[in-house]
Amino acid sequence: MSTNDNSHYYIPESSWYPVWAAFGVGTMMYGLANWLNQLKAGEDGGTHILFYAGFTVLAAVLVAWYGKVIAENHEGLANAQLKKSYVWGMSWFIFSEVMFFAAFFGALFYTRNFVMVWLGGEGGKGITGDYLWPAFQAVWPIVENPDPSVFPNPGESMAAPPLSQWGSYLPFWNTAILLSSSVTVHMAHTAIKNGARGALKAWLGITVLLGIVFLFLQVEEYMHAYSEMGLTLGTGIYGSTFFLLTGFHGFHVTLGTFILAVQLVRAFKGHFSHDDQFGFEAASWYWHFVDVVWVFLFFFVYIY
Amino acid sequence: MSDVAHDASEFAPPAELEEMELYHPKTWIGKYVWSQDAKTIAIQYAITAIAIGLVALVLSLLMRLQLGFPNTFSLIDPSNYLQFVTMHGMIMVIYLLTALFLGGFGNYLIPLMVGARDMVFPYLNMISYWVYLAAVLILVASFFVAGGPTGAGWTLYPPQSISPGTPGTDWGIILMLVSLALFIVGFTMGGLNYVVTVLQARTRGMSLMRMPLTVWGIFIATILALLAFPALFVSAIMMLLDLLLGTSFFMPAMVSLGDQTAYDGGSPILFQHLFWFFGHPEVYIVALPAFGIVSDILSTHARKAIFGYRMMVWAIVAIGGLSFIVWAHHMYVSGMNPLFGFFFATTTLIIAVPTAIKVYNWVLTLWQGNIRMNVPMMFAIGFVFTFINGGLTGLFLGNVTVDLPLSDTYFVIAHFHMVMGVSPILVVYAAIYHWYPKITGRMLNDTLGKIHFWMTLLGTYSIYYPMHYLGLEGLPRRYFAYGDTAFISESSQDLNAAITIAAFVVAFAQLFFLYNLVRSLRKGEPAGDNPWEATTLEWQTEHTPPQHGNFSKELPVVYRWAYDYGLPGAKDDFIPQNVPPSNVVYETDK
Ligand code: HEM
Ligand SMILES: [Cu+2]
Repeated sequence: MSTNDNSHYYIPESSWYPVWAAFGVGTMMYGLANWLNQLKAGEDGGTHILFYAGFTVLAAVLVAWYGKVIAENHEGLANAQLKKSYVWGMSWFIFSEVMFFAAFFGALFYTRNFVMVWLGGEGGKGITGDYLWPAFQAVWPIVENPDPSVFPNPGESMAAPPLSQWGSYLPFWNTAILLSSSVTVHMAHTAIKNGARGALKAWLGITVLLGIVFLFLQVEEYMHAYSEMGLTLGTGIYGSTFFLLTGFHGFHVTLGTFILAVQLVRAFKGHFSHDDQFGFEAASWYWHFVDVVWVFLFFFVYIY
Repeated sequence: MSDVAHDASEFAPPAELEEMELYHPKTWIGKYVWSQDAKTIAIQYAITAIAIGLVALVLSLLMRLQLGFPNTFSLIDPSNYLQFVTMHGMIMVIYLLTALFLGGFGNYLIPLMVGARDMVFPYLNMISYWVYLAAVLILVASFFVAGGPTGAGWTLYPPQSISPGTPGTDWGIILMLVSLALFIVGFTMGGLNYVVTVLQARTRGMSLMRMPLTVWGIFIATILALLAFPALFVSAIMMLLDLLLGTSFFMPAMVSLGDQTAYDGGSPILFQHLFWFFGHPEVYIVALPAFGIVSDILSTHARKAIFGYRMMVWAIVAIGGLSFIVWAHHMYVSGMNPLFGFFFATTTLIIAVPTAIKVYNWVLTLWQGNIRMNVPMMFAIGFVFTFINGGLTGLFLGNVTVDLPLSDTYFVIAHFHMVMGVSPILVVYAAIYHWYPKITGRMLNDTLGKIHFWMTLLGTYSIYYPMHYLGLEGLPRRYFAYGDTAFISESSQDLNAAITIAAFVVAFAQLFFLYNLVRSLRKGEPAGDNPWEATTLEWQTEHTPPQHGNFSKELPVVYRWAYDYGLPGAKDDFIPQNVPPSNVVYETDK
């Protein structure tokens, strides 16, 4: 029996990493909550140190851990069964992530199609709107808030202009970038299967680059929104949902880019072969998932 | 008859270990603390969950003292009452029951029962526990911060959870949300493990339709959790933004303590939808493992095959699926469209069908069984009984018109304590009495167990039966005191006092249990490998307790389902899953 079939069943020894990881996550979250709470109260108690400390611990553990997994793989400890398990594990994780975004989209849907309509004086609970804010017009995106004294109006919205002006519409370019990155990551995958190392590095490199450009443009868009358009998290429900959805998506892109970058480094180190590439596959599935979410975002947040 | 079937045979784990030695920890701390063995993690989960559960029990006693003897023994003020209601409910549902069933029993039983050496991702499994521990610690920390824990109720409904005036709006609510988020992160890591282990690490011959129902229950419950928890996660994030960064997702325009708040235009009902989209499946996340465990225990101690195995499996799957489209039955009083109410009432009543099937099958399993009335069996039968009771009031509450006057009264408290408080707890006890011999190698004391059972069962019925009556009278829930409300009869105060006494009896009964647990570790009768003469794989290990790696050099091969008790014609009363057909002895000399 060769070492790469089912003849091993891997039983690990005891380890400290998980304890540290949990400690890191716990400290990070606790620090984050403290930090935000102090920001709200307008003080600076310095608890963001906790956040960074926790994050550092967590990152260190993840690096060490991932390194160990790769090493085990190279020693042939990971057998076909374990690899298949990774595939299932990643699939269920993505499934759970789908539900995560589904909940956000559900919230957007409810806000737009129920709450806003009611506040505009229509529908089953329209009486609320009639009574509180008779002047409020229910049009999405909301640029005229029901009560601008509490939530200032955003100057303008992110809504898509007519097709002819899409050339200067940033989200359109972002869509194009992400979609093509899905293609390039697929090309990289094909390259692994064909054993074309040069092509693998090139396509994967391009994908990472596209991810970074996307993030860069996204930051650009946010800065533009904050400083010029007057659209912020605090300018009513349109701004809130906009930043919530695109923000969490951006966070996932950041993660995805980082994971792909790790795979790129591995590619340069000569890892992966046509039958041993799970780390890469997992990263690319995640990337495709993030892209699909963006397509929904582009449609529901920007266009529709 | 060669019926070694495996629907993933390509990846079936090796039957035998070659070349490699199983890893055995050398130090105490390596074995019990830093271990990645699913069994150790299970015990860590269980001990943590039970410890925090005891805190929740004490909180409920403090509340009961106030309700039963408002002027004599009151140790708490109205804010404390709200805080304790919240912490009691949240701890019981999430940090005790969810963690214990999935993290505790799931970790211990899944690998053993499907014939695996461990979970497929031991690292993740270990992190899962430690993150859970961090979540528990942060939750407990909220008792010690300025303003104390949140008083929002376990449902955390805004605006109450956010607006000033509710206890714990500075710190408590934030720590609660952070703790929940951590719990979900930790749980997701564990949950991926349970699902993938069931799908991927079953031993040769263990097809899906040969798995014990315990594994089925935990498996489907975990899938529900992976799909439902994200909704809670999202609502926690949005609420944190409302609290800290000045958005208004959930907060309507309102006047609080005489001032207009800094919010308006948000929808509290949106939160309710998100919360109950998680919250209703959560009920089944707790209930499905309980269903599975009870099925196995009933069958084992009745020495009879479970009635309608396939039906039981499909009922679990159907309940799991349906549980995602009934959530708004918790929101009948939110002013929803009557058509909506009609829809959700219908789906709710439909879910009663597979549930009733399960109950019939349990009863039919007992029918004409050769019942061994030992402690686990008593708790299991107690569960069936209690679950029927709680289920029947569920039918009342599922109907919009009946629910409207009963909503937010003690009728609801009585209903859900019966169906998701007492019932699962009885299963927890049944399971502990059943598997303790495997976990420790010693039996729990029978007499102490019986005292524990009867005091707990009779005690909880004395607590919750009268509450139905109080609820029909209109006693509202989450109230610190009732004053001289006209519709509340004088005598209901006496009833409340009696309930409180019963609650103390129940709490006292748990001391017998804890004492039994500790005492039997040393002094219990040695159990042997298979004291209950059960068929499932965990009882067939070479060592008791099983070592790291569960089975020794060879993994068991499975030839049959888990319910070959009293097989007609067979000589033995039970045939373990790993006995090949050729080894079964039949009575020929008749
Ligand atoms: C002897 C055991 C128990 C006693 C004496 C007890 C007592 C109580 C009391 C007094 C309340 C507050 C009622 C009110 O004022 O609204 C309550 C609420 C609650 N209990 Fe229990 N309880 C027990 C066990 C459990 C268990 C095992 C669960 C697990 C599901 C549970 C879940 C809840 C929940 C979810 C609430 C609602 C909290 C809220 O309204 O936010 N309880 N219990
Ligand atoms: Cu429900």
